[in-house]
Amino acid sequence: MTKDVTLVPDVSQDKLVDLYKQMWVIRFFDEKVDEFFAKGMIHGTTHLAVGQEASAAGACALLDNEDKITSTHRGHGHCIAKGATPDKMMAELFGRTTGYCKGKGGSMHIADIDIGNLGANGIVAGGIPLAVGSALTAKMKKHDYVTVCFFGDGATNEGSFHEAVNLASIWDLPVIFVCENNLYGMSGNVNEMTNVKNIADRAAAYGIQGAVADGNDIVDMMNKTNDAVDRARNGEGPSLIEAKTYRWKGHSKSDAKKYRTREEENEWKAKDPIKRFREVLIEADILTEEKAEEIRKAAKKEIEDAVEFAENSPMPTEDDLLTDVYA
Amino acid sequence: MREITYSEAVREALSQEMRKNDDVFILGEDIGVYGGAFGVTRGMIEEFGPDRIRNTPISESGIAGAAVGSALTGMRPIAELQFSDFITIALDQMANQAAKIRYMYGGKGKVPMVLRTPSGSGTGAAAQHSQSLEAWVAHVPGLKVVQPSTGYDAKGLLKAAIDDDNPVIFYEHKTLYGTKSDVPEEQYSIPLGQADIKREGTDVTIVAYAVMVPRALEAAKELEKEGISVEVVDPRTLVPLDKETIVKSVSKTGRVVVAHEAVKRGGYGGEIASMIAESDAFDFLDAPIKRLGGAESPIPYNPELEKAHVPQVPDMIKAVKETLNKA
Repeated sequence: MTKDVTLVPDVSQDKLVDLYKQMWVIRFFDEKVDEFFAKGMIHGTTHLAVGQEASAAGACALLDNEDKITSTHRGHGHCIAKGATPDKMMAELFGRTTGYCKGKGGSMHIADIDIGNLGANGIVAGGIPLAVGSALTAKMKKHDYVTVCFFGDGATNEGSFHEAVNLASIWDLPVIFVCENNLYGMSGNVNEMTNVKNIADRAAAYGIQGAVADGNDIVDMMNKTNDAVDRARNGEGPSLIEAKTYRWKGHSKSDAKKYRTREEENEWKAKDPIKRFREVLIEADILTEEKAEEIRKAAKKEIEDAVEFAENSPMPTEDDLLTDVYA
Repeated sequence: MREITYSEAVREALSQEMRKNDDVFILGEDIGVYGGAFGVTRGMIEEFGPDRIRNTPISESGIAGAAVGSALTGMRPIAELQFSDFITIALDQMANQAAKIRYMYGGKGKVPMVLRTPSGSGTGAAAQHSQSLEAWVAHVPGLKVVQPSTGYDAKGLLKAAIDDDNPVIFYEHKTLYGTKSDVPEEQYSIPLGQADIKREGTDVTIVAYAVMVPRALEAAKELEKEGISVEVVDPRTLVPLDKETIVKSVSKTGRVVVAHEAVKRGGYGGEIASMIAESDAFDFLDAPIKRLGGAESPIPYNPELEKAHVPQVPDMIKAVKETLNKA
């Protein structure tokens, strides 16, 4: 476990503290969603990223508002990490008009284009070609932004992944492919579904940089992403970063998790990314135990406020059904 | 007026739009020096260069997805698929992404792209290179669908499609590419959703699009010799559909034949027929609505069988007479 926080250039201590809070906001958001789903207060389906806070927060830590992301069905963490506020996210999950998508998108489609979130995606690998298109715009219009493309291990067996990475490679596009390898594509273990040791090894097939990151270590994630972002901004093309991580919960709410063991879950819970980051920050005298606890409570309060906002927001009416089908 | 081919008309629309707006670019397989599978982009790379006439690998999902992503971030891409059959491979990006993004995101973002693709049979290319799958895409809210039957319409409609802020599927019929028509050199636009009465008549309406239009006109000419007056209505765009013009024509003639090349079962003709049956025109109908469409088989290779698969002029003449005998 790394204790070194001096690795990342140009990151202020305040920013590191903000990231610590952000990870708690992600954690509490998804735990609250879990609770509400069980109570029937949120319908449809949800895919929780509890345990994956470091990969989302770390990959987005050094991005500007102008930079873009594309996200996945397990996207709440990416969304928060790119700057979305939990109140409008919760309102979206409650199906309210104040939600990011006016209650029409739900958990799997939250987008905030103004701050560079090009959207979560219900189709596995569906967002990968789209991220390449976003990077193509940057290149053609000579914009400075980069596009971080999140997807899971399962997506790397879809044709869209291979087509998109190949395109990005031959066109030297400023896109960073971030594979959150949480070991499972639904119930399919990554070792049963792919025959490579690391998904990052696949980068070699496209002639691009590949790197394996400890997806539960935000510092490692920041470092690896930062290198890739630098390369992208310098016109050196795309990279593939594999974040080794784990989802603590099942694939979605209907998952009895028969495909894995309690021991495995506990082993990964011991690698809790938030706990690890807290230790790093305390060791580096950036946080005290007391301050860390205050931040945790503030994050929790933010989610409670978000719930209140969502509950007090109006429902759409039938008049909203046919709006926004076409521009 | 100047006569040029349908293919030249499409190229002229593309070139004029690209000269006017730097955000417009084309991507697709072999569209560069090769000039495209059907020669539509021939010579364009010399004028616009490889950045804007962007040759791609054989990657339909990647091509469509890059178009969606670049459209979402400020470009106006035109993706070319070599054969409309290959939309099967690009369909996630068109049906699940392009069509739904704006709605799913609560009215945020837009996808101003055109997917151009040659459809239809008549070239002996057999079952995987000859289909007419427009009903698939017309079924998906969020997409617009265009099917021009003349060079004049192709040029004006393509300009409107490029100007449109929504994803548009633009079908070009491969056997029409060589046909000539009067096409003004200047820029003009034909609004999507405006049908054209290709020939006025009083006894029977034929609603036909794409290659069925010249066939309907030929049938009308033959029938005229027997004193039967046929009105030919070309919707030109399937989505949005100009219901008013169709209903008005059928109300006038009292009889209607709906003709398309696509397989009759589940084809778009069923939609047009139902629309007529549900409309005020129902009260004016003097005979059951007649549909002509492709046979319920894949498109065969043998030229005689291929011809037999799709409605021909004699089929139209027969259908018109049948509606007249059912008074």
